[in-house]
Amino acid sequence: MSEAFARPEIRKPKNNVFKKTKVLTDNVLHYCPGCGHGVVHRLVAEVIDEMGIQEKTIGIAPVGCAVMAYNYFDIDMQEAAHGRAPALATAIKRMLPEKFVFTYQGDGDLAAIGTAETIHAVNRGEKIVIIFINNGIYGMTGGQMAPTTLKGMPTSTSPYGRDIQTMGNPLKITELVAQLPGAYYVTRQSVHTPVNARKAKNAIKKAFENQAKGCGVSFIEVVSNCNSGWKLSPVKANEWMEQNMFPFYPLGDIKVDGELVK
Amino acid sequence: MKELRLMKGNEALAEAAIRYGVDGYFGYPITPQSEVIEYLMSERPEERTGMVVLQAESEVAAINMVYGGGACGKRVMTSSSSPGVSLKMEGVSYIAGSELPCVVANIQRGGPGLGTIQPSQADYFQATKGGGHGDYRMIVLAPASVQEMADFVGLGFELAFKYRNPVMILSDGVIGQMMEKVELQPQQPRRTEEQIRKECPWATLGKTPDRQRNIITSLELDSSKQEVFNNKLQKKYAEIVQNEVRYETINCEDAEYVLVAFGSSARICQKSMDICREQGIKVGILRPITLWPYPYQAVKDLVKNGVKGFLVVELNAGQMIEDVQLAVAEKVKVEHFGRMGGIIPAPGEVVEALKTKIIGG
Repeated sequence: MSEAFARPEIRKPKNNVFKKTKVLTDNVLHYCPGCGHGVVHRLVAEVIDEMGIQEKTIGIAPVGCAVMAYNYFDIDMQEAAHGRAPALATAIKRMLPEKFVFTYQGDGDLAAIGTAETIHAVNRGEKIVIIFINNGIYGMTGGQMAPTTLKGMPTSTSPYGRDIQTMGNPLKITELVAQLPGAYYVTRQSVHTPVNARKAKNAIKKAFENQAKGCGVSFIEVVSNCNSGWKLSPVKANEWMEQNMFPFYPLGDIKVDGELVK
Repeated sequence: MKELRLMKGNEALAEAAIRYGVDGYFGYPITPQSEVIEYLMSERPEERTGMVVLQAESEVAAINMVYGGGACGKRVMTSSSSPGVSLKMEGVSYIAGSELPCVVANIQRGGPGLGTIQPSQADYFQATKGGGHGDYRMIVLAPASVQEMADFVGLGFELAFKYRNPVMILSDGVIGQMMEKVELQPQQPRRTEEQIRKECPWATLGKTPDRQRNIITSLELDSSKQEVFNNKLQKKYAEIVQNEVRYETINCEDAEYVLVAFGSSARICQKSMDICREQGIKVGILRPITLWPYPYQAVKDLVKNGVKGFLVVELNAGQMIEDVQLAVAEKVKVEHFGRMGGIIPAPGEVVEALKTKIIGG
């Protein structure tokens, strides 16, 4: 029995017909088939639409697979230099405090070259949303090792697997930023199943609502797949993600309303 | 009503920024320009005008904050000194490539590397010939007084917004640290969002129903489109060359020899010129105010007027001399005199160099 029959409360007219949100443009996504980026884009766009903040939202695209995110969101957007999105967001939000500002960054952008910008924007408690897509690899440049690449995971720059002794450990930057007082909401989600996508959307909504309330950074990591970079079919990539990524990057809230969970 | 104050160059720059209605300053401490952010912080600009002043985690973050603010049509600036300005060069290239207005002040110190904290003019190449990657140009203003440190903030923003281009105020440790009388402009209001939307229809202030979304980017994967954009930039730069060359000449009407110098070097050359004139040597000064676009024609005109030789005086190993040589085209003698390492030459050293390298040489 499907979820809709089991839970009659979600059988509402508005849920009967799937519609594309108006905050997404009609441009064809350049992402690989099976990639999570498209889903996360849609969830962010839906939240902006539902909150009625399209005219007040400024987004920042990173360098990486989402470099052209500005082609897909029908809002004003800026494209940052590699890793610098939180610096841009800081200035925009400081000078336009009534606007909604979010960055959309990958693991190389946020957790390698932009580590300083990430940590200091969070530590200052900038009133922004950071959407962090972690697929453990550099997708755009062709599958090189990322700061979040798992131990033993092969990439084009760790062809025999990530050797912890010489290449360092995968970085749990989300747990790291959660320790900072400026982080108000820190969570780790995924979008590989409808249930997970709904949870991720709720998290994104909570993040933008936090910004409306003037709270500090809301930081949402989405553990995602990279079937091209991982050299797996979309289905196999999702299975691999569940078996390998989730044990190291467990899903769930890490910090809610400024309090660490557990 | 004139308002005169005795201020350091760095303080005058900061005060002028508040009074011009600048929306944001983002900086990182480095000698010899830390007074800029110290002064701004002590003035509580958030109360005076609502200006945002933020100490960033690095020069890299600061210039990218400038990018974010400039992309919203805000008047934003940063300042630093040579090693810090090198770090900003990535951001400057992106700002030029995204056609954003901003003002960047470089209070130069000696290099290369960490170099010294004493004054220098060794970043001339970086400011005028590139610095960051790609075919771009930065309008470069060279103040030679505390007054110009203040005045070039407003001029810089006017040019930056007129051309949607980064402007650099290329100063040095002498001009930044010395105290002089400065006449300050009255307080201007910061622009409202409505004004910015009207003046900068490209600004990312939030998409309204009456326009398409605004995108600020320097990325173009289609090489034929990128070339079209490159040509558009070059056309803009040609326009700037046509319209914005600024320089000052002193006693050049009857000059047989001309000292070419900018910034603090030009101040030293004034005394050198006086010494020469007392000795009956007809010396004038050409002081480029815009280092890019460079006043090539002014140099050519001096050659046409019969100037017998140029001594290019700089606090470096010889950088601007290449532009003077380009204009003179080997018609008369062009030599360089400079000190490095943060050493400021005495006026007599310049006179001696003129005599040995140009007049007697």
